[in-house]
Amino acid sequence: MNNTMNTLQDIKQNFKQGLDNYGRRIIVCAGTGCVSSGSLDIHKKLQKKIEENGYEVDLKLRKEGVETDSEVEENDNVILSKSGCQGFCQMGPLVEIQPEGYLYTRVEVDDVDKIIERTIKNDEPVEELLFTSRADGEKYKGRDEIPFYELQSRSVLKKCGSIDPEDIREYISLNGYEAAEQAYTKMSPKEVCEVVEEANLRGRGGGGFPAGVKWNLTRKEEGDKKYVICNGDEGDPGAFMDRSVLEGTPHSVIEGMMIAARAIGADEGYIYVRMEYPLAVKRVRKAVEDAREMGLLGENIFGTEHSFDINIMEGAGAFVCGEETALMNSVEGKRGMPEPKPPYPAQQGLFGKPTNINNVETLATVPMIIEQGAEKYKEIGTEDSPGTKTFALTGHVVNTGLIEVPLGTTLREIIFDIGGGVTDAKGNIDNDNFKAVQIGGPSGGCLTRKHLDIPVDFDSLIEAGAMVGSGGLVVMNQDTCMIQVAKFFMKFTQEESCGKCVLCREGTKQMLNLLNKITEGKADQNTLTKLEKLGQAVKKGSLCGLGKTAPNPVLSTMDLFEEEYRAHVEDNTCPVNECDALSVPEIDPEECKGCTICAKECPVDAIEGEPQEVHRIIAEDCINCGTCIEACKFNAIS
Amino acid sequence: MTQEKDVKTMRSFQKVWDVLEEHEHDKAQLVPILQKVQNEYSYLPEEVMNYIATSLDIPPARVFGVASFYSHFVFEPKGKYVIKICDGTACHVKGSMDLYDALQDELGLSDDEITTQDMLFTLETVSCLGACGLAPVMMVNDDVHGNLTSDKAREVIQEIKTKEGEDDE
Repeated sequence: MNNTMNTLQDIKQNFKQGLDNYGRRIIVCAGTGCVSSGSLDIHKKLQKKIEENGYEVDLKLRKEGVETDSEVEENDNVILSKSGCQGFCQMGPLVEIQPEGYLYTRVEVDDVDKIIERTIKNDEPVEELLFTSRADGEKYKGRDEIPFYELQSRSVLKKCGSIDPEDIREYISLNGYEAAEQAYTKMSPKEVCEVVEEANLRGRGGGGFPAGVKWNLTRKEEGDKKYVICNGDEGDPGAFMDRSVLEGTPHSVIEGMMIAARAIGADEGYIYVRMEYPLAVKRVRKAVEDAREMGLLGENIFGTEHSFDINIMEGAGAFVCGEETALMNSVEGKRGMPEPKPPYPAQQGLFGKPTNINNVETLATVPMIIEQGAEKYKEIGTEDSPGTKTFALTGHVVNTGLIEVPLGTTLREIIFDIGGGVTDAKGNIDNDNFKAVQIGGPSGGCLTRKHLDIPVDFDSLIEAGAMVGSGGLVVMNQDTCMIQVAKFFMKFTQEESCGKCVLCREGTKQMLNLLNKITEGKADQNTLTKLEKLGQAVKKGSLCGLGKTAPNPVLSTMDLFEEEYRAHVEDNTCPVNECDALSVPEIDPEECKGCTICAKECPVDAIEGEPQEVHRIIAEDCINCGTCIEACKFNAIS
Repeated sequence: MTQEKDVKTMRSFQKVWDVLEEHEHDKAQLVPILQKVQNEYSYLPEEVMNYIATSLDIPPARVFGVASFYSHFVFEPKGKYVIKICDGTACHVKGSMDLYDALQDELGLSDDEITTQDMLFTLETVSCLGACGLAPVMMVNDDVHGNLTSDKAREVIQEIKTKEGEDDE
């Protein structure tokens, strides 16, 4: 393997030239989102129909190198490939046509004939499949123009969605594995650590701890055996960045791990992936096998005396395993419970050996930093949070999907410009309907209108009472009850608490009980005081990040939406009518016959109306007893 | 009948053995071993867990302790089709619990009874499937269905029912 570099260069050149043998490339998005909308059927039908129309179609690059065949000049050959998540999940299934760069959105199987007739045969776009902005009705040709993409800065995700994740040659053709080669043959472990430290790459899994510092600590530890772990146990509800990276560009993660292994002197690695992500598991497995087959993993990599190989471990459904010490226990075949730190994993990690553990996105960023250098990397982002961050933008927003922006971008830009604005209960665009954005999942907090202009970076968000977390951004409109949101997260952490620390195990349960009281109208002033006190206690009395941050969604909403909490407790009303126990029944004027039965039955005389006319419930007097609902013979009250 | 059952159990133990062999009887690989065994049985029968414990030379309590820690492992058989309604944040704010209620109704299930009598369907919720762009979402075995409404979710189930009905004939 002394000539790996030559091999890499050969593969790169062959692949690039090989692509020239095809007149056209069609890329069908095969991320989880588009697959569930039927993109694989579209892929199948495209293949069949293109063949039927007399074109030669390859699913994998078959013609490597330069072809001298006369056919080539006619350029009728088509390469039809599948990609990882292209990010614009809302508009899926997505089909991209090269070289024109048309991006077809919401494609259906029946659209395939049109694509062949107009685009493949006549080089014209299929106008009705191009993206049409809901804001101004304008049509956009492709990714370069669509505001959703144009306003982003995709570097980690650059390859994700444009390359075939199951073809290692394509990754190599875009300088893939050259950074690893450089790290193994031209740099010392110390130098590798220094570059990453200099770039100030902060952990993308939530905490924001500098990766380079972590590496250096592990490097300095003595040990005959060291491990590198990739943490892909992305359990935050509302987050799917790691899944997309693993599905769309698994080789970036592998290359990042190889570089980390070189930096700390490890010869074995683990990728820990959630079992809820079957596609990611499948693609990562294939990527590891391909890399092994090519000699990039295994013994004497790049002709050096170093060896490194990767095992894949599927999680078994425990959120707490995202915590590094819990994850390592899980890999060792134990209950995934966290351990006190110190000792840190760098000192005593997996099987008691020095271990470096990084998040998927962090590792996928590493090759880029080695390739371009720390200075270039720091050109984007802010001084203390350089680089870009991927976010999963979801909830009541027009363009949901996977995005990547420089750290320091404001929430306003993310939600209103890239996200295309807020949607109301009926799905119409209404930016005034914005209420809050939940960031950082069950560990994070909510931010409101007044926070829209703060820069999204690790430190500013903590100051504002939230955190970057793993990067889930859930936008909520005015119809969302914030107590229900807090309750949702509390229920989640309560179920996922591993039970080791009393305050986390029992405290989250009691906090959930108190929240239930509030939404059921059984709370009093003491409830709020207790809730807050208990929240502070859980934070203090828990060992790991799960417990330490579990009260955040409650405390942050209590702080920002105090009035809404008060309305529930003091006035027994849910201002947005989401809490069933607190919402006043309504009489449907279409169904009401004016029979007066409800008014007669009402124990507090809260219903008024003349006989034969539509009745009305007086909200201030109503005690939500439900008597009227049962009394009405016309089912007019609900 | 008894004989038939014995033959079945014996054959299955052979598969457990194969899994254990594949993982070199390494107790550190308990989680992947349990995953593969559960794929075989759709749940973890007690005698199989005992068998694994003996083979790995660890107490059965340890195997049960690990298995009961992770939500993926179950001790009751599941239906042929496992429906997981995503109740992640994005799905939740977009009404995932309405889907859950609709399917409970469609399948005649309750919070206490999650598997249908005919062992065809098991209905459960999952914290996040990571397909938030398509919320609300559910997964039927390995297939993800997105942008659902209660009616669409019912349709998916009805289609499976029809298909199963045809297979029986």
